[in-house]
Amino acid sequence: MIFATALMLMAAMMLMLVRLLRGPELYDRVLAVNSFGTKTILFLCVFAFLIGRSDAVDIALLYALMNFIATIAILKFFRYRALDVALSRTRRRGETR
Amino acid sequence: MSELLHMLDILRPYVAGIALLSGGVIVLIGASGVLRLPDFYTRLHAAGVTDTLGTLLVLLGLILLSGFTLLSGKLALVGLFLLLTSPAATHAVANAAHKAGLKPRLGTVQSQPPLDASGDPS
Amino acid sequence: MNGEFLTPIDAFTVIDLIFMSMLVVVGIAIVRLKDLFAVVMLSGVYSLVSAAWFVSLDAVDVAFTEAAVGAGISTVLMLGAMLLTARQAAPTKPARHWVALIVVCATGAALLYATVDMPSFGDPLSAPNAYIGLEYLKRTGPETGVPNVVSAVLASYRGYDTFGETTVILTAGLGVVLILGLGGPAIKRKKTSAAKAKAAKIDQSKILGAHHVVLRVVSKMMIPVIIIYGAYVQFHGDFGPGGGFQAGLIIASAIILYALIFGIDAAKEAVPPSLVRLGAALGVLIYGGVGVINLLLGGNFLEYNILNPTHPSHGQELGIMFVEIGVLVTVASVMLIIFYGFTSRQPDISDKDW
Repeated sequence: MIFATALMLMAAMMLMLVRLLRGPELYDRVLAVNSFGTKTILFLCVFAFLIGRSDAVDIALLYALMNFIATIAILKFFRYRALDVALSRTRRRGETR
Repeated sequence: MSELLHMLDILRPYVAGIALLSGGVIVLIGASGVLRLPDFYTRLHAAGVTDTLGTLLVLLGLILLSGFTLLSGKLALVGLFLLLTSPAATHAVANAAHKAGLKPRLGTVQSQPPLDASGDPS
Repeated sequence: MNGEFLTPIDAFTVIDLIFMSMLVVVGIAIVRLKDLFAVVMLSGVYSLVSAAWFVSLDAVDVAFTEAAVGAGISTVLMLGAMLLTARQAAPTKPARHWVALIVVCATGAALLYATVDMPSFGDPLSAPNAYIGLEYLKRTGPETGVPNVVSAVLASYRGYDTFGETTVILTAGLGVVLILGLGGPAIKRKKTSAAKAKAAKIDQSKILGAHHVVLRVVSKMMIPVIIIYGAYVQFHGDFGPGGGFQAGLIIASAIILYALIFGIDAAKEAVPPSLVRLGAALGVLIYGGVGVINLLLGGNFLEYNILNPTHPSHGQELGIMFVEIGVLVTVASVMLIIFYGFTSRQPDISDKDW
C-alpha cells in the first residue's frame, strides 16, 4: 500500500519532468518545478516509512521551505531583472506612504 | 468507550491506506492534467488544486499510520508548510504570468469536426 | 573483481534505477537547452533528484546537504550570476564538439577502467565496511557520546580536514569580496512627512505593482520558521542528519528570502555587510580557537579529550558543539557575502538583449 503510493508519486514526478522539459513558456517550467518539488516532498515522506528511517522527513521539511524561496527567486528575476528591488515595503513609525 | 477506541485502532491502518491511495491517485491525476491541458492557466489549476488535496490526504494517511509520535508532529509540520507556501507560490506564478501579458487561450478546443445540417459529422 | 552480483533486484533497486534515469534525462536536457533560465531550474531539479536518490541509498546526511545547497541557495546565486551575463548560452563552434567528445570519452573510459578494481556494491568485506568503517562505528559511541557517526567523524576524527574545508569556504568568500565587493551599507530611508512622501512617490518607482500582499504575509510567517529550523538542524546534527554546514545554508536562505521580498536595502539594514564580513572570519577563528585552546590545555591540536579530562566524552561533545558553531557562522556569512556581491553589480546588458 505504501509502496503503491510511492510508485504513483514517482510516476507523477516523471510526468512533471516531461512538462518541465517541454513547456513552451517559462511559466510552464516554473509551475512544473514547483509541483515537482511538492511531489518529491511527499515521496520523501512516504519513502521514510518504506525504509524505516524517519530522518528523511527532515529533508522533506527542509525542501518544503527551500522550494518556496527558489520559486520566488525565479519569478522575481524574470520579472524585475534585478535583485535589489523591493517587492514590498514595511511601514516604519512616522512614515506615511 | 474503550471498545470504541479499540475498534478505531483496528480501523486505523485501513483508513490510512485509503487516504494514502486516494492521495496518490489524486496527485497522479493532477500530473496527467498538467501534461495534457492546453493552456498555462488551466495547467495551473490542475497542479495547484490537486497538489494541495493530495498533500493533505497523503500526509493524513502517514500520520494515521505512525500514531502519536514525534514523527507525526514532523509530518504535520510538513503539511502545514506545504499548505502555506504552495498556494502562495501558485499565486506568485499566476501573478507574474498575468503581469507579463500572458493571455489565457479562450474559446473551445476542437477535438472532433463540427456537425453539418443533417446531424452527421461533416 | 568479485564475480557474484551481490545486490538483489528488489523494489528499492527499481526506485534507484528510476532516479538514475531521471538524472540522465535532466542532465541531457541541461546540456541541450540554450535558455539559461530553464537550465538554472533544471539544475535545481537535478539537485533535488540527487538528494532523493541519496536518501534511497541510505546516505541521509549527504542528501540533506544536497537539498540545502541545490534547492534554494544555488538557484538564487546562479540567477544572480545570470543577471550579470546573458540569458541565452552562446553557441559553440562545431570543431569544439569533436574535441569535447574525445576528451569526455577518454575520461569516461579511464573512470570505467578504474571501477573494475573497486569492491562490489555492498560487499561486506571491502575496506570501508570491514576495517575503518567498523572501527568508527564501534568507537564513536563510547569515545564521543554523539550518536550520529557522520557528525562525529566530520567534527572529531577528521576534524582537521573539516577545518581545512571551512577555511576554503572563507577563501571563496574572500575571493568574492575582492572581485565583486559587497555593495556598501544599506541606504536608509528617511522619515518623511505627508507632503514629502507625495513628492518622493515619484522616486519610489523601484517598488512596483500592488505590493505583493500575499507574498509579503507568507514570507513574514515563514522567515522566523526557517531560522528556527536552521537552529534545530544545527543542534540536532548530533543525533540525526544535520550539522553546521546545512544549518548555515538554511539561515542564509532565510535572510536571502527577506532580501528578495523586502529589497536588498532592508536586508542590509538587518544584516549589515560589515557584520557578514566579520562573521566569515569569526567562524574560522572559533574553529581554530578550539584547537588552540586544546594546545594551551596540554593536548594536541583539535584533540577535544583535554577539554574535560575526567570525562573525555563530555570534552568531545563540547568540542564538537563549538566546532559546529564555527562552521555555521562561516558558512552563513560566506553565502551572504556571495549574495551581496552579486547584487552590488548593475547589469550591463540592455533590455532588448534580455
